[in-house]
Amino acid sequence: MSWAPPSDPINNKNKPVKISQLCELCHCRKAILKRPKNLQKVCKECFFYVFETEIHNTIVTNNLFHPGEKVAVGASGGKDSTVLAHIMKLLNERYNYGLDITLLSVDEGIVGYRDDSLATVKRNQKQYGLPLEIVSFKELYNWTMDEIVATAGIRNSCTYCGVFRRQSLDRGAQKLGIHHVITGHNADDMAETVLMNILRGDVARLEKSTSIITQSSGSPIKRSKPFKYSYQKEIVLYAHYKKLDYFSTECTYAPEAFRGTARELMKNLEAVRPSCIIDIIHSGENLVLKDSEQPFKKAASANTTSTSKNTFVDGNRCERCNYLSSNKICKACMLLEGLEKNRAAITLERDSSVDGAARVMRTLEHLSF
Amino acid sequence: MVKVKVEFLGGLDVVFDKQRTYDLDIPSEGEFTVKDLLDYLVTNMIKNPKDVEMFIEDGTVRPGIITLINDADWELEGELEYVIEDGDIVSFTSTLHGG
Repeated sequence: MSWAPPSDPINNKNKPVKISQLCELCHCRKAILKRPKNLQKVCKECFFYVFETEIHNTIVTNNLFHPGEKVAVGASGGKDSTVLAHIMKLLNERYNYGLDITLLSVDEGIVGYRDDSLATVKRNQKQYGLPLEIVSFKELYNWTMDEIVATAGIRNSCTYCGVFRRQSLDRGAQKLGIHHVITGHNADDMAETVLMNILRGDVARLEKSTSIITQSSGSPIKRSKPFKYSYQKEIVLYAHYKKLDYFSTECTYAPEAFRGTARELMKNLEAVRPSCIIDIIHSGENLVLKDSEQPFKKAASANTTSTSKNTFVDGNRCERCNYLSSNKICKACMLLEGLEKNRAAITLERDSSVDGAARVMRTLEHLSF
Repeated sequence: MVKVKVEFLGGLDVVFDKQRTYDLDIPSEGEFTVKDLLDYLVTNMIKNPKDVEMFIEDGTVRPGIITLINDADWELEGELEYVIEDGDIVSFTSTLHGG
């Protein structure tokens, strides 16, 4: 699939610009964006500058990196990770972070979706001149997502995909000798997680959910989110104005996944009051459990071998795959066990019916008499 | 008659017959606003009525879709009230998919 940038029609008419339309930072160019954070009107040039600088400030204030560090950018080809790869390369050169950046992608094995988005990542690799490593579900678990959906049905596809992908990123990084994975999670994602944990009453996760760096004790891989304070809207517009090449199709197995979730609520709140995203993150950061109300934490620290529900035990290893796990057997191995039991005993040679199952289903949905 | 180019980005093209850009000549008398454009798009260009809610909510563009008029945020241009002129480009970008 080739890629053509969208049109660039700013001031294509040379109409006189009113003073009220000017950028509030440089006061000389026409504003093209009202920043959701503070409702400031800014022009394209000033937007690029403040957007990049804010991320740089986030990185510096939180001491995300040290010179000479090897980092992997979790790259899906989507908007967030494409902008992340672009920004990391740019800031690394502009401010001499001294980072060694690699793109790390996971191939879940979804014909008609992931193969197209991986093609985007491969183009990004050339555009940014960064090394790329792809790890696949097939290689690690001997299952593709297409096969998993054919076996376990479409309803739980996101559970399998989420668990396996998280592990795959760690395994990929480990293979490359990298101990730091950065992901494109943005402010909207984080606010959504805070809301979801509040609505579900998940106290144990609530405190963790707003930290910019996460690392389980005993794990060699840490994760961080340089876009923690960046609005989705600004990320998309940055990609748009910079004409970055990104892939934007909803996953074939989750076309409606965003409906009726916290995301819907977030978007509606944002429409009323755009600063609410940052406000929710701020609230999340300041929610601290009282000592007397920390049964989860106490249980976890008192008994490190405890495997009861609701406790997080860090530093344990899965008995089967030796991957970090809070239980005896990690989530991925448990899911795999269930899958193996249901794998069809006899498979037709060269049976291609599972490949692109999602695509076929989509086509069928659109058929009508 | 008003000539306007419409773009559907970020996966929204799915709702509009998988085509990303359209050059439209829309018959109109007097002022033609973005509101009128939305009505036109809904009536004439969305084939499957179920898809309307992917694009429109409460009479305006659904939250989570970024609307640009000549590449500027429509919030700066008067949103639904903006009067479209010949040669304008209106783009809609969905942010509702994964990243």
